[in-house]
Amino acid sequence: MNLMFSRGPSLQSRLALGLCMSVALILFDHKLNGFGTTRVYLNSLVSPLQYLANLPGEMLNTSASRLVSHERLVTENAKLTHDAVLMSEQLQRLTFLQKENERLRSLLNAPVNNHTERLVAELMAVDNNPYSHQIVINKGAIHGVFEGQPVLDDKGIVGQIQQVSSTNSRVLLIADVTHAIPVRVARNNVRLIVAGSGSLRELFIPHVPHSNELQVGDLLLSSGLGNVFPEGYPVATISSIVRDESRPFAQVLVTPVAQLDRLKYLLVLWPNQQAKDEVLLEDPQ
Amino acid sequence: MSLRNYSIALSIIVALVLQIMPMPAIVDLYRPDWVMLVLSYWVLALPNRVNVGVAFFTGLILDILLGTSMGVHSFALCLSIYVLAANYQRLRNYSVWQQSIIIGILNALYNLVVFWLQHLITDIYFLFDYLWPVASSVVMWPWLFWLLRKVRRQLRLH
Repeated sequence: MNLMFSRGPSLQSRLALGLCMSVALILFDHKLNGFGTTRVYLNSLVSPLQYLANLPGEMLNTSASRLVSHERLVTENAKLTHDAVLMSEQLQRLTFLQKENERLRSLLNAPVNNHTERLVAELMAVDNNPYSHQIVINKGAIHGVFEGQPVLDDKGIVGQIQQVSSTNSRVLLIADVTHAIPVRVARNNVRLIVAGSGSLRELFIPHVPHSNELQVGDLLLSSGLGNVFPEGYPVATISSIVRDESRPFAQVLVTPVAQLDRLKYLLVLWPNQQAKDEVLLEDPQ
Repeated sequence: MSLRNYSIALSIIVALVLQIMPMPAIVDLYRPDWVMLVLSYWVLALPNRVNVGVAFFTGLILDILLGTSMGVHSFALCLSIYVLAANYQRLRNYSVWQQSIIIGILNALYNLVVFWLQHLITDIYFLFDYLWPVASSVVMWPWLFWLLRKVRRQLRLH
């Protein structure tokens, strides 16, 4: 069916239409954030493709876990038992300290930190988009995940939920160039903001005066000031400080505590569970 | 019969899956732009059935899959597919190696347009690593061309 004259609008007008619609969509999506809820449905619509793309890796994983040797399982089991004993000891002390802290805080009339709800999620896919660092996890709206929720791994903060679809959701890593997280130094409570640089192993702290009290090796904890991340989770350690007086600010590079390039199991937190319930109660429905 | 009707769509879906398939970080850097390559083949072979419109919608799906702002990949795909669609008669007569150089140049344009749009939206910096897919696309084109021509002749698509 080779037509000598093509049907419909000419190629040029199709191009013009396509480009205009693309620009309109970019403006609508980025400037007006117009795809808020539609994006959930769109993401759910394409999630079969994501599951399909994930299938070969999943199959390799299952076969690898079936073929694992008896010896390795025994050593792994021994190590995990050892870790569990050590951790349960720490936990006993932690519950005691938590009780004490709550009591002291209530004596001071300071707000008591509540127990947070959490959920274990598994990494589903890593985006190969080189310009941004995002991952997809296997928990979504049906598990109660919402936008802006903090995500952790076993070492520290990983990122926050950026988009939710029905059965999976997209996490923006703290290493992304558009991401920044308020922190404080564990040693002396100096407040800072850690910004992503686009590299998974290195973040940076902008606008640090030369007269700061930072040291290489300082641990940075989330300060809870942005109301996104809960207070007190490890974020990064300072890896280098360049105090070049000819520049307006000191250049501080930090290494994330979470291993952003080898994530597997993640923890999704509901930091303001109580606040969320209050909102639900206020709602007349 | 049904395979004949859906083969183009199926090949685009396979390309989308290959584009988002998780890979080790070292291989990931050199991932060819499968979607652009497959669309390029179809627009050269069957310009009446696949052109700017298909590129636009495929780009939108790619935007959703990659989590970029809606419209970024559709813009870049529309632009590069348009160049091919406007010159398909000339390009068909070129040898496969000449074609793959043209595809490489267009792929560089595609990657740069995507980078440029992303740069306007967020402030990312340019790394030459972002252009590795151009090299792998040039290497991949002759093989993909051969494979898809085989598919097209087997199914007698025109």
